[in-house]
Amino acid sequence: MYVYVFKRVLLMIPTLLGAAVLVFLLMRLIPGDICVLRLASGGGGVDPQVLRNCRAEIGTDQPMAIQFFRFIKGLVTFDFGKSMWTGRPIVEEVGLRFQLSLQVAIMATITAIMLAIPLGIISAVKHNSWIDYVVRAFSIAGVAVPSFWLGILIILGILITSKAWFGMPWMPPITFVPIWIDPIHNLSMLIWPALATGYRYSAVATRMTRSAMLEVLREDYVRTARAKGVFQKLVVRRHALRNALLPVITIIGIEFAFLMGGLVVTEQVFNLNGLGKLFVESVSNQDYNMTQALVMLVVAIFAFTNLTIDILYAWLDPRIRYNH
Amino acid sequence: MATISHPAEEALPRPSRLAVLWQFCAQNPLGAAGGFVVIVMIAMAAFAELVTIHDPTRNNFGAMLEAPGREYWLGTDQFGRDLYTRIVYGARTALMVGFVSAFVGGTLGLILGVASAYFGGRFDLMLQGVMDVLMAFPLIILALAVVAIFGTGTVNVIIAITIPFIPRCARVVRSSALSVRETPYIDAARACGFGHTRIVMRHMVPNVMAPYLVVMTAAVGQAILLEASLSFLGLGVQEPVPAWGLMLRGGAQEYAESAPWVAIYPGIAISLAVFGFNLFGDALRDWLDPKLKV
Repeated sequence: MYVYVFKRVLLMIPTLLGAAVLVFLLMRLIPGDICVLRLASGGGGVDPQVLRNCRAEIGTDQPMAIQFFRFIKGLVTFDFGKSMWTGRPIVEEVGLRFQLSLQVAIMATITAIMLAIPLGIISAVKHNSWIDYVVRAFSIAGVAVPSFWLGILIILGILITSKAWFGMPWMPPITFVPIWIDPIHNLSMLIWPALATGYRYSAVATRMTRSAMLEVLREDYVRTARAKGVFQKLVVRRHALRNALLPVITIIGIEFAFLMGGLVVTEQVFNLNGLGKLFVESVSNQDYNMTQALVMLVVAIFAFTNLTIDILYAWLDPRIRYNH
Repeated sequence: MATISHPAEEALPRPSRLAVLWQFCAQNPLGAAGGFVVIVMIAMAAFAELVTIHDPTRNNFGAMLEAPGREYWLGTDQFGRDLYTRIVYGARTALMVGFVSAFVGGTLGLILGVASAYFGGRFDLMLQGVMDVLMAFPLIILALAVVAIFGTGTVNVIIAITIPFIPRCARVVRSSALSVRETPYIDAARACGFGHTRIVMRHMVPNVMAPYLVVMTAAVGQAILLEASLSFLGLGVQEPVPAWGLMLRGGAQEYAESAPWVAIYPGIAISLAVFGFNLFGDALRDWLDPKLKV
């Protein structure tokens, strides 16, 4: 087992390195210059000497190979440098947003699991019945409805309902306060984006639970369990669900990893200062350091989630052993 | 004397296309509903001039934020443009982006996936490594990076959406192609001395069409959603081109309370289109999967 985990960790290196090369090249392909953007933002020309100083300060005057070496060295030593735009340490900038994005991702995952597992099971057990059709339509609608539009509708709903009930419109707070400092403020701000993304996320997981359950419910051991007179609830819970959980866990894990950096549009709707918004800002400001650090963070989360899923497989399915 | 009947004489007559279509609809009512939505959308896009009376791009400041009524069925936006007309014309943008990026991304993925499975070895390992890297990026982030390089506009949005689709399709097709590679007819083709290109294109590609079609149908829906997201962020299709995501940008949130139709109808159009393609894609998968037929 330990050998397998070690091998899997080693296998992550090429993926991380590939992502580092790709993001480094992509950022250099974007036309424009951060120094020109920074210095000419007020309009008018820029003194060439000031421009040269700016480039020297942030290191973009160096050859590409040196810039890449510095970037990789920074990755290995966890020293991501400073934001080229704000001048603040990247760890600090990302840390502030990471908390928010992580909390939304966790809350969306909880929403998704609470909806997806029961709905997927019911849909599979009542295969081709009206319940199945309703659940399928509900889950396909979840994949189809853009979460940013759902966000707009949620905000609209909050405005109309609060006006009708309290006489004045209420909007969720926009400044982030950690949950341990003010839980009510925190939840009243983050519950809405979590619901909007959680619904879409649950739709993907419901579809996976349903199809995995359908496959397992046709297995011989499930028929045998039924023939032995085991109660339907027990057959579903102990015999079918446990074996159907593997692909469901995979999809939940992958979606969770993608939520960490992929909430770009939802954050825009709810005006959240999360990783997604920071990513859009850093790409449009051509902040190489920040974009590279953010992409590597998202890819690392993705790679670690995949590793965790693989290890979880052994716990859930005793047939899987990592000796080979 | 016993007569030997020819197998062809005993074979059941091949069902007509209409019968096959009817069977598909009867077995997959949800898929049929999805197909219907897709057909209506295509018809709307194709005959947009015939089913609308207003200009989709002309501002009319005398009719700003008009509520839905006889003149403007779904109301008007903050520039006085008819929402119904813009939604109908927006179907063109959505379908063009959806179909082109799904087709190009899917087809490149198909060729790469099949080639990867056929050649195997180091080529497969290297290609899968590249695919792994590309797949580690969330779709929207990769699309954003491509838009940042190429700039905004319809064609660049198509490129931005196509690139992330390639590894996704390649991965699915490769898994099917791996089993096709082991079949005797591929060995036979090799024994006949056919070239790699001929074996890949003539013998392997046609046999992985089922997963390719399923991935492509799902990709159309995803592409429509992605285009809407990019346009909503202001990084996709630009004004005054009618596009559903763009219609939800700016005014939709600003006037959500006083003119909710600006926010509601374009969202319904996006959802219905993606809903239709997903339902149809699901039904197609069930239809083409022999295991599920049993």
